[in-house]
Amino acid sequence: MIEQILNDLILSPAWYYTAARGLTVIVILMSIAAYSVLLERKASAWIQGRVGPNRTNHPLIAWIPFFGNVLMRGGFIQPAADGLKFLFKEDALPGHVRKTFYVLAPCLALAPVLISLVMLPFGELPNGKIITLCPGADIGVLFMFAISSLGVYGIALAGWAANSKYPFLGAIRGSAQLISYELAMGLSVLTVFLATATPDQNNALSLVSMVKAQTGAWNILYHPVAALIFLICIFAEANRHPFDMPESETDLVGGFHTEYGAFKFGLFFVAEYSHMIIGSSLFILMFLGGWHVLPWLPNVGTGIFATLIGLGSFFFKLAAFLFFFVWVRWTVPRFRYDQVMRIGWRVLLPIAVVNLLVYFIWYALQG
Amino acid sequence: MVTDNKPPLISINVDGVEHQVVAGTNLVDALAKIGKEVPHYCYHPKLTIAGNCRMCLVELGSPMRDRATNEVILENGKPKIGWQPKPAIACATNVSPGLHVKLDSPEVKACREGVTEMLLLNHPLDCPICDQAGECKLQEFSAEYGKGYSRYVDEKNAKPKKTRLGPRVTLDDERCILCSRCVRFCNDIAKDPVLGFVNRGSFNTLTCFPGKELNNNYSLNTVDICPVGALTSTDFRFKMRVWFLKKTPSICTESSVGVNTTIWSREGKIYRITPRQNDAVNDTWMADSGRELYKQVEDAHRITSASVKGTKTSVDIAFNTASEIIKSGHLAIVGSGHLTVEEQYLLSDLAKKHSAKTYVPAHTGKGDGMLISEDHTPNFRGALVTGLTQNAAVDLKALSSDIESGKVKSLLICREDVTTLGLSAQLLSKVRVIVIATHKNATTDTAEVVLPGLTVFERSGSFINCQFRLQSFVQAIPGPAGTLPDSSYLARFAGLNVNSLWKELAQHVPALAGLAHGKIPEDGVVIDSSKWSSLTFPEGRLLKFAPAGVTA
Amino acid sequence: MAIKIVERRPLSFLEKTYLPQIIAGLKVTWDNLVKPPVTLQYPEERPVIPNGYRGVPTLVRDPQGREKCVSCQLCEFVCPPKAIRITPGEILETADNNHVEKAPKEFDIDMLRCIYCGLCQEVCPEEAIWLQGQYSMTGMTREEMVNNKDKLYELGGTLPDSHYKWDKKKAEAERQQNEQH
Repeated sequence: MIEQILNDLILSPAWYYTAARGLTVIVILMSIAAYSVLLERKASAWIQGRVGPNRTNHPLIAWIPFFGNVLMRGGFIQPAADGLKFLFKEDALPGHVRKTFYVLAPCLALAPVLISLVMLPFGELPNGKIITLCPGADIGVLFMFAISSLGVYGIALAGWAANSKYPFLGAIRGSAQLISYELAMGLSVLTVFLATATPDQNNALSLVSMVKAQTGAWNILYHPVAALIFLICIFAEANRHPFDMPESETDLVGGFHTEYGAFKFGLFFVAEYSHMIIGSSLFILMFLGGWHVLPWLPNVGTGIFATLIGLGSFFFKLAAFLFFFVWVRWTVPRFRYDQVMRIGWRVLLPIAVVNLLVYFIWYALQG
Repeated sequence: MVTDNKPPLISINVDGVEHQVVAGTNLVDALAKIGKEVPHYCYHPKLTIAGNCRMCLVELGSPMRDRATNEVILENGKPKIGWQPKPAIACATNVSPGLHVKLDSPEVKACREGVTEMLLLNHPLDCPICDQAGECKLQEFSAEYGKGYSRYVDEKNAKPKKTRLGPRVTLDDERCILCSRCVRFCNDIAKDPVLGFVNRGSFNTLTCFPGKELNNNYSLNTVDICPVGALTSTDFRFKMRVWFLKKTPSICTESSVGVNTTIWSREGKIYRITPRQNDAVNDTWMADSGRELYKQVEDAHRITSASVKGTKTSVDIAFNTASEIIKSGHLAIVGSGHLTVEEQYLLSDLAKKHSAKTYVPAHTGKGDGMLISEDHTPNFRGALVTGLTQNAAVDLKALSSDIESGKVKSLLICREDVTTLGLSAQLLSKVRVIVIATHKNATTDTAEVVLPGLTVFERSGSFINCQFRLQSFVQAIPGPAGTLPDSSYLARFAGLNVNSLWKELAQHVPALAGLAHGKIPEDGVVIDSSKWSSLTFPEGRLLKFAPAGVTA
Repeated sequence: MAIKIVERRPLSFLEKTYLPQIIAGLKVTWDNLVKPPVTLQYPEERPVIPNGYRGVPTLVRDPQGREKCVSCQLCEFVCPPKAIRITPGEILETADNNHVEKAPKEFDIDMLRCIYCGLCQEVCPEEAIWLQGQYSMTGMTREEMVNNKDKLYELGGTLPDSHYKWDKKKAEAERQQNEQH
């Protein structure tokens, strides 16, 4: 039997294929996360009249004429330096923490994000196949919501394990905030599904079918209120300004990761940016037509060319969205915690319910 | 004679306000006592009056009297005041009943402005390089009473800037305002008339008489009393600005006169010593030789660490060895007139506990009849008062025969070089010797244990001078790192607490009953000396002291 | 004073959603984003030091190379953080500027203490100490950060002198001497 398992799981070529695909996506995600840090630093600098990281270089790259200089000025080597720094810094373990959970917390923060990634479609191949890690699954959205929300356990655990008041407060805020906004988020998505899914349809909850339903107008045009609620909720879910309650440096030092440093802090960091990426991707897939180039213009070109344009379109939207995150960060000041709660429960949730009812009645009347 | 000690008071009127002042005093002093400043340069309370600077001009008036009846003329029920038509100098005026003074009138102000402008005509205004800056009367009064500007347009007179008046005094002629305080001091106080003015008008210059120089042992007092930066101390010249210096009241250890001094130090370094006024001891004077005593602090022979058998150790180890030696018995103690009253008491207590004989050698020499007495220790009277010795003159012959005969096997010597007092180094090698000393000498070379002592500038205490006047001094600078004051070694030897020392002293020494170090007034307190009236002391007549039987 | 209560203007519906304000804010940040950066690329680009800049305090010489400081120690006195330490000294009889009489033997400014307040320059009666354009002081040890007399003169260089006070004084003294003879 063991032989059987070995044959099926390890020695079969399908296994290698899957592993390679997984690794590729992880690498891509990690580097997008790393470069979104760069994007964040650069955009922050520009908004504040500064230049941003433009010093880091490596002799091998500096040696390239002109291009090496451009890379340095653009700060493109900075993420590598940051990553290496996180890796090689002394990984101090404070004496007062609960060690097992303390180490576990950053892993728990990052793992769900990576898992939810498997459901994410990026584009369409010429033969109609979807570029994704888990092509067959038809519960994409549910899975994504379910798994990516688990990331808050990392935060909660970090706050608990750090055994210190500020992380604890941060963690409590993080959990409460997640619960508050998850509801409005789910309700806003429901309206979209009302429109795109029919009761007898297969793959009704699949993100792919959602994208495919947007060959004409994008969902954002039909469901602006749902899009706005969803947008606010992904800001809250990703703990981004103006909803970065769990971190909120000014009142909680560093929030849940106050006691963390070096690589473990780096993991939290990557998790946060991966959350941004997942959230942005979901928004793009559900409201901005996924890999479709423009409303009423799903494809440009034919064959592999169309696929590439589609992929480019998706990643362009993703980059723009990540920039939007940063842009908002330097525009809207952080909410007070009670304001966050009020917005979640007393503003967004009722609006989402009303919005759902209105669309429900509208579609019911339409038949 | 007035039997009552309190001098009679009279009433004078200053700027319309009545004040009570002591009859017959100088007007400048009387006004100073009631808190009114009359600016002056040439006047000095301890010198004769010259009246040549004209800075103290004030308006004076007195009640008018009827020529026929000698009755006071009244005007509106008050005496009519006859004001003198011109301002007069306050320094040449003694207070009289009913005297009226105007210090603040426009005319007085105009006088001061005029005098200041006149004095500054040829003044070089080189305050940045002048040692007097900060304690310069001309600087202070120009700022307070001067105009603030000069109308003089011609070039200032140039005069010699660096004249050597004597071995210790340098003269800057440009700064001199010709107040003649220094001339009067040399004539009247130092009795060494060598200074005088030559030339006329703006060429008027202070100088020494031909073939003479200002080299008497009181020459530096001229620097003290010079109101400007004309006379400067060659030793202190360009060393430090006075505003950085911390002033600590102290007592001069040169002789049993106990001259009151001020130690001027900065960050643990002494820069100069000046006299401190005490009218019962030294007026405002002090000998030049006493001013150089601060140099012993950083002397090359200074002992800065403890040693046992010639090798340097920590104070603790040396102290423990010394304790052992003392406990081993057959102790004799050589005290000193350089010790403070407190240290002498501890020594005599230690001697009692170990039934040790004590010796306090006398150091006599030539006095000058002024402020250096024949007894060259500051506190020989203290040794008598604390019971460390009974006699005025002691030699160490008895001690040397005790050592020879083996009666004495250990010896505690405080601040004395016994090799100069008749105990040879060879004799000392027969006993175990503990020395507390500040400087290396033949005795410390032979001693088994050497404990570093502190100079008078580095410790607090009190001395009793030739008048049996108890005077206290306080620490001005810290001692070398790791050293302790002598009293703390001695207190530990004797098993006493330094902090409650004065309680013991007041209890066990009748002459000091009711006193404490902090309670001694600034000008000292004369203690009851009737117990020692039978002894003869070496001191002759001094500035403020006359030996018994000689009328002052 | 009577308290006057000012009623807040009630918000309109749109204002209550905050959305127009957020969009206006986004425009503000965008406008900033497209503006050129205001920072200098420091080691390559150096700021223009304005006149009267209070940089590192230095000692200066007059155009004839005479050291201006006479060690009056007023700067040492006025220095709030006690950064200045002067040991005064006498100028040798044989020296050229003997008529000044006094000059610093040692002059140390502890740049770890200096707060660049400029009081030393203000108080100096000889215009000898100046806070000049030097704004970057670095060192690897505490000792290196103490500027001694040589370093201070090296940093200070020469500044124009409008008085030549001491030279005038010397010339006048010589003139009077000749007149007398």
